Amino acid sequence: MPDVDAGFLALPRSTLADAALSRAGDLGATHADFRLERIRTAEIGLRDGKLDSTLDDEDLGMAVRVIHDGAWGFASGIDRTSEAAALLADQAVATARVSRVLNFEPVELAAEAVHRDITWVSSYDINPFDVPVDERIGLLTELSERLLGADGVDHVDAHITQVLENKYYADLSGTTTTQQRVRISPRLTAVQVDRAGGGFSSMRTLAPPAGRGWEYLTGTGWDLAAELAELPELLAEHAAAPSVEAGVYDLVIDPSNLWLTIHESIGHATELDRALGYEAAYAGTSFATIDRLGSLEYGSSIMNVTGDRTAPHGLATIGYDDDGVATTEFDIISSGILVGYQLNRQMALANGLGASNGCALADSPGHIPLQRMANVSLRPDPAGGSTEDLIEAVDNGIYVVGDKSWSIDMQRYNFQFTGQRFFRIVHGRLAGQVRDVAYQATTTDFWRSMRATGGQRTYQLGGAFNCGKGQPGQVAPVSHGCPSALFRGVKVLNTVSEGGR
Amino acid sequence: MMTAAARMGDLVETALALSTADGCVVIGAERTEANLRWAANSLTTNGQMHSRTITVVSVVDTSGGPASGVASRAISTSDELAHLVSASESVARAASAADDAAPLVQPYEHDDDWDSPPAKTGIEVFADFAPALGRAFAAARTHDRLLYGFAEHTVTSTYLGTSTGLRRRFDQPAGRVELNGKSSDLTRSAWAGVQTRDFRGLDVEGLAAEVSRRLDWAATRIDLPPGKYETLLPPSAVADLVLSIYQNGSARDAEEGRSVFSAGDGRTKIGHRLSPWPLTLRSDPSEPGLGCAPFVIASSSSGGLQSVFDNGAPLAPTSWISDGHLANLLNTRNWAGRTNAVAHPPIENLILDGGATTTLEEMVAGTERGLLLTCLWYIRQVDPRTLLLTGLTRDGVYLIENGAVMGAVNNFRFNESPVDLLGRITEVGRAEPTLPREWNEYFTRTVMPPLRVPDFNMSTVSQAS
Repeated sequence: MPDVDAGFLALPRSTLADAALSRAGDLGATHADFRLERIRTAEIGLRDGKLDSTLDDEDLGMAVRVIHDGAWGFASGIDRTSEAAALLADQAVATARVSRVLNFEPVELAAEAVHRDITWVSSYDINPFDVPVDERIGLLTELSERLLGADGVDHVDAHITQVLENKYYADLSGTTTTQQRVRISPRLTAVQVDRAGGGFSSMRTLAPPAGRGWEYLTGTGWDLAAELAELPELLAEHAAAPSVEAGVYDLVIDPSNLWLTIHESIGHATELDRALGYEAAYAGTSFATIDRLGSLEYGSSIMNVTGDRTAPHGLATIGYDDDGVATTEFDIISSGILVGYQLNRQMALANGLGASNGCALADSPGHIPLQRMANVSLRPDPAGGSTEDLIEAVDNGIYVVGDKSWSIDMQRYNFQFTGQRFFRIVHGRLAGQVRDVAYQATTTDFWRSMRATGGQRTYQLGGAFNCGKGQPGQVAPVSHGCPSALFRGVKVLNTVSEGGR
Repeated sequence: MMTAAARMGDLVETALALSTADGCVVIGAERTEANLRWAANSLTTNGQMHSRTITVVSVVDTSGGPASGVASRAISTSDELAHLVSASESVARAASAADDAAPLVQPYEHDDDWDSPPAKTGIEVFADFAPALGRAFAAARTHDRLLYGFAEHTVTSTYLGTSTGLRRRFDQPAGRVELNGKSSDLTRSAWAGVQTRDFRGLDVEGLAAEVSRRLDWAATRIDLPPGKYETLLPPSAVADLVLSIYQNGSARDAEEGRSVFSAGDGRTKIGHRLSPWPLTLRSDPSEPGLGCAPFVIASSSSGGLQSVFDNGAPLAPTSWISDGHLANLLNTRNWAGRTNAVAHPPIENLILDGGATTTLEEMVAGTERGLLLTCLWYIRQVDPRTLLLTGLTRDGVYLIENGAVMGAVNNFRFNESPVDLLGRITEVGRAEPTLPREWNEYFTRTVMPPLRVPDFNMSTVSQAS
């Protein structure tokens, strides 16, 4: 396990926590938690191999959350003194007093064991903040130039975002955790301009954002060099490809595309706060309401979905959540039936669902923890084969690779997705690319049409850094693992004719 | 405790003095915020936040041209500034020449008061709003209806200093209210939203009445299939669509052949007619009620759209569309220099006006058969060549027949290009201040007219209610 960053450990975290928690206890809080968090973010952006932007950002602050007289209270600040920490406890209790008047159900939390003096660090080899900036810029420049030098590539956009997150948590029950997470996201996009015809085409790398370090850019966990070598030819074929004929097709969906469909149509739909209506005016609710737990036929009988914060390199992976809960893996859909939700301690108890499964997280020291998404993943078929095996089972279909455009309604019924590239499948074989494809479906129709999933060797984690939720808005990183999968009879649109042309 | 008033300007000066680079820009932002969130006629969360962020842009001359490094920190004490400046400089010294390099802005005449303390907000901004909201909750309960929503007020005070001697200072107040009403069985949903600078005189009763009227309309439910419908887009929906045009209005992308505004061979569609109507789309920092920073505040660069080198540059009123023709695209000072053009950095407000006086009510009355939308949601780009967007209708689609609302229709997923729409509209109504539903977290200051589209593409039905 890598070491926790010395600069973070040098902060007086337990002194600040003691000041805040003892004040909260003196004021009669029945629960109080303290977070000291530092989030470092660095970005490098290149346009056509030239340095377009750099960013080195650090957020550092602390937060106190209390339950006082049955109501939540919260306060956050930036001054790191014991007096300021105690003042935050005062403010949090004052906010709870205001809230108490307008809230009728006293807040209670599901039981959780005490976790003392825990240190947890995510799995990575090289902290990207230990890599000199010129080396980081140099590698991205080299990758850009390699792509820019290829035939048929007119423009290249290249970005790396890297994050180092440190979180110290302490609560009145005695839990204290110090955690560190690292994540990185490389993205290169090649653009071909049709000067004569006036159009243009683009294709982005599939390398997913990952809970890994700098080693991810040099071959560990993903072969970025191999992907860049293939990209120009794939782009040229895409640019010259015929426009798809709209209709109903069987789809073989690659994990590089399917992860986002899982995120939107399962991940968000099985957040209990959405199902209960807390997000009704903004992010939305869910068709998967709690009265359907145990009975909703979400998908076909081969559909098994879990949530976890434990998968190595998963973006939502963390040892302990912001309720002080030890994280775990849990069932969400078993044999096609809805069997579980993502929970925090309050909702778990209030809805008789037992212990929390560790899904309370705030995106920064300035925000209150919300119920946030775990790594929600589709399990592969233990006896499943390869993606080619799935393609062989299709007579007339499309193989969908890479995510691009996404949109889903506020109850998670109706969605539409595009992708980076699409290959026609004719009589069990790939028959060249087509373009202008979007697939459109209703969530349960789509998952009920899933006829086969690939085996473990097709399984891959996809994900994003920027899942949005709540007002004021919070962003969270999350991964979704899945195998390749076969869906029968899905509606495919031609996006050019959709645009009336 | 020192007052933040004295501190922020001093912190910026201290950071500038610490700089050993060839050029330096320091942006200090003091932000205060108060918010209320509610669900099912009850307050769910509230909060007061305070943050102080300092961004340092260091510029170092290299043989290939100026290089830049940007570092940003939540600053608690002045002791932390040395680390911040040093972090920014180490990036600049490691960086290759910046693609967006331009000389830092020189001092010029302006009326800013550098020494004025930062403007602030707090929970007291809701002194009149909160009781009015409480009365709306009570009224909703008696009518077996549920109110959901969010109210937020933020004030950002910016102190911008450069090593060339420029000092600029701006206070940006911003507020928004979203009110969502539902029937108790959650089958009907309606929405109203407003932008406000200070919550003064905000008509909560009027908003609640509008939501209530729409929930009454929805007492009759009408199922319609997908298809192309004559559609009245209210100002909020127009704002979200027009913001997509603005966000995709990069001159560089267009000249490089990779935008809906490319005309081939390095040319753009500037001068091309986008609409048969005499529409003007413009931004103006001094627009009454929509005031925004009259100079560039850029804490990062972004691909020809925005540059840290432009910090402090004055922003002039700009037309993006004039008399229905594309007039200007967004660019940086660097890109303007490379293309012999005038610089047009982004401005934080947007006004679309066709000079019409017809109200949305009158447009409804003048409709034989069509749909009236409330707002659009989950709008994403499907095809950048045409700026084809997809998204959903949300919180109320109403069928109009013979000038009257007949009832609420199911929701739809649409696929439409806002650029194409400008060319197909058959009526433009009176422009009014509005709140974009989808993008109001990022952009609130808009004035938009309602538009009539003869053939809006409702691609499929959404079961969401």
